Amino acid sequence: MDISTKSTQAPPPIPQPKVTEQKRAARGATRPGDRIFLGLSRGSGILLLAVMAAIAAFLAYRASLAISKDEGNFLTTFEWNTGAVPPVFGIAVLAFGTIVSSIIAMVIAVPIAVAIALFLTHYAPRRLRGPIAYVIDLLAAVPSIVYGLWGAMILVPYLTGLFGWLDAYLGWTGIFSWEGGAPRSMLTVGILLAIMILPIITNVSREVFRQVPQMHEEAALALGATRWEVIRMAVLPFGRSGVISASMLGLGRALGETMAVATVLSPDFLIHGSLLDPGGGTFAQNIASKFSEATEFGRDALIASGLVLFVITLLVNGAARAIIARRKEYSGANA
Amino acid sequence: MAKRIDVSGLTAYYGSHKAIEDISMTVEPRSVTAFIGPSGCGKSTFLRTLNRMHEVTPGGRVEGKVMLDDEDLYGAGIDPVSVRREVGMVFQRPNPFPTMSIFDNVAAGLRLNGNYKKSELQDVVEKSLKGANLWNEVKDRLNKPGSGLSGGQQQRLCIARAIAVEPNVLLMDEPCSALDPISTLAIEDLIGELKERFTIVIVTHNMQQAARVSDRTAFFNLAAVGQPGKLIEIDDTERIFSNPSVQATEDYISGRFG
Repeated sequence: MDISTKSTQAPPPIPQPKVTEQKRAARGATRPGDRIFLGLSRGSGILLLAVMAAIAAFLAYRASLAISKDEGNFLTTFEWNTGAVPPVFGIAVLAFGTIVSSIIAMVIAVPIAVAIALFLTHYAPRRLRGPIAYVIDLLAAVPSIVYGLWGAMILVPYLTGLFGWLDAYLGWTGIFSWEGGAPRSMLTVGILLAIMILPIITNVSREVFRQVPQMHEEAALALGATRWEVIRMAVLPFGRSGVISASMLGLGRALGETMAVATVLSPDFLIHGSLLDPGGGTFAQNIASKFSEATEFGRDALIASGLVLFVITLLVNGAARAIIARRKEYSGANA
Repeated sequence: MAKRIDVSGLTAYYGSHKAIEDISMTVEPRSVTAFIGPSGCGKSTFLRTLNRMHEVTPGGRVEGKVMLDDEDLYGAGIDPVSVRREVGMVFQRPNPFPTMSIFDNVAAGLRLNGNYKKSELQDVVEKSLKGANLWNEVKDRLNKPGSGLSGGQQQRLCIARAIAVEPNVLLMDEPCSALDPISTLAIEDLIGELKERFTIVIVTHNMQQAARVSDRTAFFNLAAVGQPGKLIEIDDTERIFSNPSVQATEDYISGRFG
């Protein structure tokens, strides 16, 4: 039998319309409606780019004014004293706090969100799915200041117990040791951020899992897969890039969260080895707490720190895209 | 390996809708049985009751008996998962796992069934791909994604995946309807080879195909839309296509309706 040669034979070429006709049709410039719409959409695109460029240029200019007068090292100084003569400030503590609290939030939120999404799409009884999804949507609609107040008034007092437990059993690791201060630390921030980013990661993951083609799940079932094996073979691999995107949306919110962090954290300008020690700070929290009382120069310095946050966010998104692109040929999009 | 299927009094529902009613038939081991009939007559539904895939559909349930040799597939204490490991299935649209390589696709069923050494897996994958007449086309790119293959190759990959776990029965739900004639021919030749080892049941809309590949042919029909589908007759393929015992079968085959 010689199927291989037969099936690779090229079919006879299909006659194509002449190139010029194709081009004209694609451009669609012959009808006034098309021309107006083309102008509008192109204009919007250009406007967006122009606004972005203007903002970036403004921020970079103001930031450079502040950084050029900084007596400390902008990247490594553990201090934020813009009123001193000469001014000394650096973003080391803010960068550390922002990244650590976001990592804690992701570590807590992503597995729970994926589990909820799988429960909603594959385990929950049909009539429960709607109501649960609705409650999760509601969580996403709560303003962040409300999370902050809830965190400060209810979460923080309750965390005393958890902190004591962590200190007793995991204190030897160093990162979970606790001196007994108020539980207003990086871990507190991380837990609160996890709750805040849970809905968005859950919702996007649920949407992704729901779009897993029936035929892939049936393929696994027909091989004798259990429900969990179907999820492992067909659902999770298909949803992988979607879950990464969902996590990035959540991470974006965690990195930039302002009011909630400012409400539950007792900030200082030190890097604490233990996640349970009160203190530290994040970019957004630092800007929020200092902006209203800052001098013009102080504001420029805060803008400079904001630019660093912007760059970190860009890097994280770039990394996520790279992860997704690396496995592109295996993604569900080729199904 | 190949086992006899013995169905008696099988009725299947979608919710309150009765899709097929009171079907009884016997499928001999190492034979090819084709199911033909107009759209909506329940032949695919019936096929899916043979590996307990019907109940995966919300509201799907089954009454009656399906014996695989002397094991009742719907008996108490029978796990549908283990039934599906014994009764393999190939679907209408080729559905290799898009996130897996060609190798992993074929090995997927084995990995479910337990721990295999790498060398064992390699042997089974090679044997299955050869069994599906795909080995020569893919042996140099086993680590590439299965979704990069042509439609016909993907379908043969799915057949390789199904036969890798050495099922007793192979069900095929219109396996060629999404393929071009050359790929269809390749699959049909393959069916002819596979029936040496497996009991094969194939649903097809293509009557020439049924005539070409099958030993026995079952004709399904329904009285009207909304009515349950029924088995009209099952007989040797030659007889069904030359001298069927029911007038409706002859009308359908000669193209007078359906």
